[in-house]
Amino acid sequence: MQIMALLLVLALLTVIGFQLGRSRATASVGGRTVELHSVPSYHGFYVALWAGLPALLLFALWTASEGWMVMQMVLAGLPGRLTHVDGQALSLLRADILNLAHGVNTGRVPDPAVAAAAEQYVRLRSLGDWSLLVIGSCLAMGGLLFARGRITPDLRARNRVERTVNVALVVCSLVAILTTIGIVLSLLFEAMRFFAAVSPIDFLFGTHWSPQMAMRADQVGSSGSFGAIPLFAGTLLITAIAMAVAVPVGLMSAIFMSEYANPTLRTWLKPILEVLAGIPTVVYGFFAALTMAPFVRGLGQAVGLDVSSESALAAGIVMGVMIIPFVSSLSDDVINAVPQSLRDGSYGLGATKSETIRLVVLPAALPGIVAAVMLAVSRAIGETMIVTMAAGLTANLTANPLEAVTTVTTQIATLLVGDQEFDSPKTLSAFGLGLVLFLVTLTLNMVALRVVQKYREKYD
Amino acid sequence: MSVQTQYPTASVPPRAETQVRAGGPGVKMVARDVKVYYGAKQALKGIDLDIQENRVMALIGPSGCGKSTFLRCLNRMNDTIENCRVEGLIALDGEDVYGRTIDAVQLRARVGMVFQKPNPFPKSIYDNIAYGPRIHGIATHRDEMDEIVQTSLERAGLWNEVKDRLREPGTGLSGGQQQRLCIARAIAVSPEVILMDEPCSALDPIATAHIEELIDELRENYTIVIVTHNMQQAARVSQKTAFFHLGEMVECDDTEEIFTNPRDERTQGYITGRYG
Ligand SMILES: Nc1ncnc2c1ncn2[C@@H]1O[C@H](COP(=O)(O)OP(=O)(O)OP(=O)(O)O)[C@@H](O)[C@H]1O
Ligand SMILES: [Mg+2]
Repeated sequence: MQIMALLLVLALLTVIGFQLGRSRATASVGGRTVELHSVPSYHGFYVALWAGLPALLLFALWTASEGWMVMQMVLAGLPGRLTHVDGQALSLLRADILNLAHGVNTGRVPDPAVAAAAEQYVRLRSLGDWSLLVIGSCLAMGGLLFARGRITPDLRARNRVERTVNVALVVCSLVAILTTIGIVLSLLFEAMRFFAAVSPIDFLFGTHWSPQMAMRADQVGSSGSFGAIPLFAGTLLITAIAMAVAVPVGLMSAIFMSEYANPTLRTWLKPILEVLAGIPTVVYGFFAALTMAPFVRGLGQAVGLDVSSESALAAGIVMGVMIIPFVSSLSDDVINAVPQSLRDGSYGLGATKSETIRLVVLPAALPGIVAAVMLAVSRAIGETMIVTMAAGLTANLTANPLEAVTTVTTQIATLLVGDQEFDSPKTLSAFGLGLVLFLVTLTLNMVALRVVQKYREKYD
Repeated sequence: MSVQTQYPTASVPPRAETQVRAGGPGVKMVARDVKVYYGAKQALKGIDLDIQENRVMALIGPSGCGKSTFLRCLNRMNDTIENCRVEGLIALDGEDVYGRTIDAVQLRARVGMVFQKPNPFPKSIYDNIAYGPRIHGIATHRDEMDEIVQTSLERAGLWNEVKDRLREPGTGLSGGQQQRLCIARAIAVSPEVILMDEPCSALDPIATAHIEELIDELRENYTIVIVTHNMQQAARVSQKTAFFHLGEMVECDDTEEIFTNPRDERTQGYITGRYG
């Protein structure tokens, strides 16, 4: 409530600040704006930034730390018998207070001291919100007045505004980078826990995958074996099948769309193809499991082959269909970007249309096409749903596309579905798989980048 | 006779067979009543022109008057433009280029083209030159191809500059070198006629002088049609000059005549720089 109010106040003050700054700047030179160092709107932005930014920063810091600080204050007021306990009990106590404060019914009768603490917590929070509103508004007002007072014809408002915008841009890109680093680090730490239990050698080179662990010492059950080779082989197999479908079909349709189809046909065809990319993968999964797999099986039986009802082939083909628009749409764009002058040059030498496409247009578009294919490969490797539904969960080590296989992502999904304890190697192995998968796709992307750079030709 | 063309966009009305024989001895290409439309807009309004063998013909005229359009008719490059329609007769050695006996691909092997902006393929210098001979199966051995590449580059006056870097990309050359590469590329398929659309407009005076010299040498073996906005250039390199204006060919004569003694006052106005 107070937060909404503060944001409204800030929005209002920045808008007012902009108007004030602009008119003040114009007034300071009596309307002859050419005498200003910067055009008046920059003075407006200057004041607006002063009004908005400091208060926003305060707001961000405050909301980030308020909950923690209030909790510390509340805990300090509690009797020692409650707070002088080990870490786990303490976090339980924190959770209790928060639950009570937010009115969550835990079904237990609370300790009166804890109930009082929860009330205090609520009181302090609302006090904090009010003071934030007041302090934030004052800060915004102060910033506005300060900046307005500094406006003179010589103020280098443009440079300052641009520097601020620069900083903002850097901060935004840092957010993206830091998030990535954070994800990688968390993956890394969990994977280290896994590798403490299972040796990396067994994991990377073992050929048997069966992550079931005995829960209790006396339980009969497999002891778990974590050889990831069958999973990566399965991923490779399905990806290869998918690419064998998607690359020829996608590339040919791209060539047709960009070189042969007349413009009206093209404007129809391209969006229709792109619809394929918009179909949810679960729907592809249905299609693979209920239509494609029986079809492949029937076909196999007709020619006397033994096809399992969940086959890599069915999943791979459907995945290939799903990926067609990635290849075709991007390739179409890069083929269209090849300058007409190159085609004219080829025609002018007496080349036919197909020679021109094969020998001039496609080589010139190659870097983009490679990039498109690489993107499609990453997509295929990451695809989970179709495989889960159509290729099964059996970790077979096989190169036979007619058998059931499973992939890395499918295993990760099944390992983490449902209630899991996060200290058994079974669950942690998901992070091991995730890490290796990440490294594989990273390498793929880097190789693709190198290929693209190597073959990139400048056409002037 | 009714004419079946490969491309539906460029159609030619029926005409009498005898017309094709128009021209005379020493005439390489003939244009009779050539009209070109871009959609509903008429760009050429009936052009008649004879192009002499082993001569350089310059096409001059103000911007937008249809010089490039006419040039592109001569090797049917207009076929690649979606809404372009060509009417009238164009003949090469008495053979109707829109007729049945010759198709656009064969024609373009015999009538080569150099474009205003150098457009080397993103391939090596060697492969740029070898492209045409390869697709036409002109050379069967590696040695033959090497020979074609070398003589083409020598003819275009580029050999000495690039002989040590034949494997490097053609796009890495300077603008003037690229244009000479494009000329060498056109020569490599041994065309009979070379069309050049403002080949020097992107070049500095030295590279331009180079190419003008080259054009003069090429005249021995080829028939050349060149579009240019540079009057001195037209006077230096051509023997015949045709002046175009608003889609019409106003006059065509020996270059000396045109520049010293033009018959039409529009020509006079243009070459003396009164408008353009
Ligand atoms: N692809 C096209 N589509 C439609 N109109 C065109 C096209 N190409 C040329 N035109 C038109 O045809 C007319 C003749 O153009 P053209 O390119 O032949 O002129 P030009 O004499 O070569 O001019 P410049 O000296 O500027 O190159 C112009 O009015 C032009 O607008
Ligand atoms: Mg032109």
